[in-house]
Amino acid sequence: MLGPLRHTIIKEFITLIRDPAALQILIRAPLAQLLVFSFAASMEVRNIDIAVINDDSGRWSQELVMRIQAASFVDSIIVLPNATGLDALIDRRKVLLAVHLPSDFSRRIDRGELGKVQLTFDGRRANTGQITFSYIQGIVNELNVELANDAAPIPVATVRHWFNPNLIFLWFMVPALVATLALIPTFSMSTLSVAREREMGTFDQLVVSPVSTLEIILGKLLPAVFAGMSSGTLITILAIFAYGIAFNGSMALMFLSMLVFVFAIAGIGLMISASCNTQQQAFLGMFGCMIVIMVTSGFLTPVDNMPDYLQVVAQLNPLRHFLEIVLGSFLKSMTTSEILDSLWPLVIIGMVTVSGASIILRRSLH
Amino acid sequence: MKIGRLFALAKKEALQILRDPSALLIAFVLPPMLLFLFSYGVSLDVKNVNIGVVLENDGAFSRDLAAAYDATAYFNVTPVRHRKEIERGLINGDLAVFVVIPQDFDARMADPSRSATIQVITDGSQPNSANFSAGYAQGVFNNWLSGQANSLMTSGPGIQLQQRFWFNPELDSRRVIVPGAIALVMTIIGTLLTAMVIAREWERGTMEALMSTPASKAEIIVSKLIPYFVLGMLAISGCTFLAVEIFEVPLRGSLAALLLVSAVFLLPALGLGLLISAVSASQFQAATTGLLLGFMPTLLLSGFVYEIQSMPVAIQWVTHIVPARYFVASLQTIFLAGDVWSDLIPNIFAMLALGFLLFGVTFIKTREGMD
Amino acid sequence: MKSEISLTNLSKRFDDFEALLGINAEIKAGTLTGLVGPDGAGKTTLMRIMAALMAPSEGSALVSGYDVVTEAKHIHEIAGYMPQRFGLYEDLSVVENLELYARLRGLSGPEKKHTFQRLLDFTNLEPFIKRLAGQLSGGMKQKLGLACALMAKPKVLLLDEPSVGVDPVSRQELWQMVQELTQGGMAVVWATAYLDEAERCEDVLLLEHGKLVYAGAPEVLTRRLDGRSLVITDIAQDRRQLLTDALDLESVRDGVIQGASVRLVIAQDSDLSSLEKLVAASGGRLNAAAPRFEDAFIDLLGGGPGGHSEVAERMEEITTERQVMVSCKDLTKRFGDFTATDSVNFSVNRGEIFGLLGPNGAGKSTTFKMLCGLLKPSSGKAEVVGLDLRSASSSAKVQLGYMAQKFSLYGLMNVQQNLSFYSGVYGLSGAKQKRRIEEMIEVFELQPYLKQSPDLLPLGFKQRLALACALMHRPSVLFLDEPTSGVDPLTRREFWTHITGLVRRGVTIMVTTHFMDEAEYCDRVALVNRSELIALDTPDALKASVASTANPEPTMEDAFIELVQKQNEHLDLVDAI
Repeated sequence: MLGPLRHTIIKEFITLIRDPAALQILIRAPLAQLLVFSFAASMEVRNIDIAVINDDSGRWSQELVMRIQAASFVDSIIVLPNATGLDALIDRRKVLLAVHLPSDFSRRIDRGELGKVQLTFDGRRANTGQITFSYIQGIVNELNVELANDAAPIPVATVRHWFNPNLIFLWFMVPALVATLALIPTFSMSTLSVAREREMGTFDQLVVSPVSTLEIILGKLLPAVFAGMSSGTLITILAIFAYGIAFNGSMALMFLSMLVFVFAIAGIGLMISASCNTQQQAFLGMFGCMIVIMVTSGFLTPVDNMPDYLQVVAQLNPLRHFLEIVLGSFLKSMTTSEILDSLWPLVIIGMVTVSGASIILRRSLH
Repeated sequence: MKIGRLFALAKKEALQILRDPSALLIAFVLPPMLLFLFSYGVSLDVKNVNIGVVLENDGAFSRDLAAAYDATAYFNVTPVRHRKEIERGLINGDLAVFVVIPQDFDARMADPSRSATIQVITDGSQPNSANFSAGYAQGVFNNWLSGQANSLMTSGPGIQLQQRFWFNPELDSRRVIVPGAIALVMTIIGTLLTAMVIAREWERGTMEALMSTPASKAEIIVSKLIPYFVLGMLAISGCTFLAVEIFEVPLRGSLAALLLVSAVFLLPALGLGLLISAVSASQFQAATTGLLLGFMPTLLLSGFVYEIQSMPVAIQWVTHIVPARYFVASLQTIFLAGDVWSDLIPNIFAMLALGFLLFGVTFIKTREGMD
Repeated sequence: MKSEISLTNLSKRFDDFEALLGINAEIKAGTLTGLVGPDGAGKTTLMRIMAALMAPSEGSALVSGYDVVTEAKHIHEIAGYMPQRFGLYEDLSVVENLELYARLRGLSGPEKKHTFQRLLDFTNLEPFIKRLAGQLSGGMKQKLGLACALMAKPKVLLLDEPSVGVDPVSRQELWQMVQELTQGGMAVVWATAYLDEAERCEDVLLLEHGKLVYAGAPEVLTRRLDGRSLVITDIAQDRRQLLTDALDLESVRDGVIQGASVRLVIAQDSDLSSLEKLVAASGGRLNAAAPRFEDAFIDLLGGGPGGHSEVAERMEEITTERQVMVSCKDLTKRFGDFTATDSVNFSVNRGEIFGLLGPNGAGKSTTFKMLCGLLKPSSGKAEVVGLDLRSASSSAKVQLGYMAQKFSLYGLMNVQQNLSFYSGVYGLSGAKQKRRIEEMIEVFELQPYLKQSPDLLPLGFKQRLALACALMHRPSVLFLDEPTSGVDPLTRREFWTHITGLVRRGVTIMVTTHFMDEAEYCDRVALVNRSELIALDTPDALKASVASTANPEPTMEDAFIELVQKQNEHLDLVDAI
């Protein structure tokens, strides 16, 4: 059995390496995604333009404006004499927000009262607005603590972010890319595998040969799994050494989980492929599935924010479970038992998809 | 250009769409699915975040503060007895935020000379949620404090931020995401589907038969574009209906403006589809190229999930040639702000310019005859 | 007759490849002109230039007096063009396809109605107008393609390989339709790789490597061979051995098996003594035969390949006690209500070439697929070497070799990799595998191509490679599914040299084909029509069964058409009752 199996696997690899379209999917797309996602797809806010209407001539308003101006997320400050013209600036997206300091701002603070600041955001960019708000809140909190030390102490809420004290978005994005970039080559290879051979007529030739069904299935699964594992490993190495992200968990457990994960994905891919006659259909199937997998995985936005029924879908999503394991292993030093909590659903999903794939493939053969 | 021939070709195209299962799938099944997934699945709103409140004493202030956390819609409170449980909760992800109300909180609250402190601890491995939930947790605390101030004490000097969001006071992120999802749908129909069907004509040899008839190249191309343009306009109407009726996004601008910017956006979208089909050898290649050049930039670089201004300058520069960037901005304006022509007109011109550019390149690139 | 198309010094270059070189020719109105040549000779390029879809690199082409470059628009008005694979929209119905092309030609109102009626009558497509083009049989697609091309009432009709993958019955119908058209004064150009078609044209243009090697009536070329075509009949010994030996003689240019006889073309003014000796030894008789266009074609290209198949000579003799290698009993396949194969019975003996013939969609491929285990029979049994291949173990499948349509090689692997893959999946390994691969490279002369993709190989080498892949594990039964579709006669000759060699080593061959001259190579032929096995006999007996006073010496094609039509008429009669 080993002979034919070895050859079907070698064939898959050669086919993979020599197919320009596959090369595009396997190498160019993931590398481009690593670059684009890690640099462009950030929820950190930078280069923001802010309008300031300062009706107050006191020192506290100047202090606050100065601190905002000095902050790293701010690009430029446009000072307006009054509120006219603000509408036009926001409408035309020249500024994300306006800071309005009333004339009694410094006076109230000097009196030991609360100076009120009105922030007006462009609601079309609500997410950016909310993030910026929390940044400004941080500046104000700092100032408040200084003010409090000068005067009577007031109650404060201090914030600590565990695992990622400065909330560096790359620390989330790059480990998450370990999972998604292990997924993409595995998924595209396995979805195209059978459909391509069907389209080219070589599939019949395989079926007639002494290669057994099991060997055909393994011959399709293993190269896809290998491709995913190597891509995942590569990104892991880049994450640790190029991006300098700490790895606190168990390397062995993470790679074991990665293996289970890519098997589960290859199973889904093979299921799609075995039910399609052309590469085109397989591609559409892959596209549809990929969107569902990505959106419900927590890669774009957290699963907890989704409605309950989508959270149920997310439970069936192998990427969701593996994402937890990867993030846990990189930043959180998850313990074995905690990893196992996410691993067992992954194992079940994997068993279901791989056996589903073999059933569909067997049925299509007979 | 003869109307009779154009009409015949366009009719053929329409019949083909109706009979091709994959075209039907792309045109009618994928759009609502995408809209649904993105509007419910991609949400940055802080709602019902599971928060652990560590209550280390039973004092009135502490209990009152804990109740304040319980009362907001942002948080689902799980009472926690001991700090030791924080680590476990954060690591296995059951609870993403903890508020620690320490042992001496009540005592310090009662003593004006000492500053009472609570701690907010978040799971920084999800930086964005951590940032949001920390902000809300602080906000709840500050609100609670000012409530206390009336009854108990004078607050010290400080600055209080009041925020207000124009166009979207409820801060519903779905209102921002849905216009972006609509742009994705339009890109799929205008670029991906169009590229695939034209590549199919070459692949199946029907283009050769068409070109040997008196139909001119321009007629063949225009006849391809008309049905997909109509399909795109149908899609935008359907999506707008879903957005307003199902996803509860307000439409503050006019339908006419919405249809106008959509029609203008279809120009570069169809142009890109044509260009891809002209340089692709097969339908399959057209599909993958369409994904890479059409769908991915619309998802990542149009500004609907990730803020363009925050990107590195080089990538910001690239976003200028992504037509969806202008379309997403226009849609957000029309849905949330209204017909703000000072914002819409520059976007419309940018899309027109890209459209003409793409059509020009396509015209040069399209194989003249069979060579 | 006036000249409708004139080509002057026409050349076409693609990058550094010369597709056409200095073509000078006239194509006459009211005439059927065959454009003939091996694969890759430049036929399609020339067709596209005449259809004004492509501009020549040098020289000029005038169609009805219009220049193909400057007056393409006019040519599109007066020329009908049917590209390869017919250029139909498979997801549109027959009438919708017609409608589209009518509109493109500016037809409307009563004129359109009239034209439709004329074309539907002409093509007999009336009963199928609502059917999707993709669901038509190859023959009907071809007719619909023709109808679309005829929409303009063209002066010039260009048909690019209209009969590829089409069965003899449909080919004959198309032929009759085209003849009717030329009688009306139309100039028809018919590009083909089939020489029996070329023979029936009034004029032929023969292309090779982009050059025009012959232009004129086919008879003129054929007549050059007067007295050089011979048939050996009443052969007592193995006719395949005789052909092999004869082809090795200096004096023999070309030869094929024709039922129980052997047909030869001898060299000009050659000494026939050694051939006569050979024939005498075989106990056969040497008779003169009427030369065919194919004979002249092969002769013009320098003669056919030799008679020895080196690969066959290296094969070990198949030694097995088993007599029946392939058999099927009441083999039936149903798809829903439709019965594709209905109770088919036959058995194939060791060392036999068994041909499976039939019109498109008649159930031939379904039967073939059930035999080699690709489809599950609804009832009945199909066995190869006594085993049901669907449940057979891997070791049983090793006895089988399979060559699929269009060769089915892995285009993304190079030649060497294809060889090691196929030898590997058939269980060869180590030194033995290496030896067998080297052997195939040597006998098929694949050495210069080892690092190339099979997609880029010349068709002849592609076919050699496909055969090599199917033979390395020394199968005792070889399945060939339309092995030579679209391949030119020289390549087919070589292919059959190998096959006859293999049979003499005891290999059993199962083959499906549309070529009637290939059916002649078979020991027995099974004819499948409308899901039933309607005839099973030797080629000679089948031919004899349709002989009549009007046609005392029917060809294999005559036999095919007659037998199929007889059953169709019978079944239609039964349906009517």
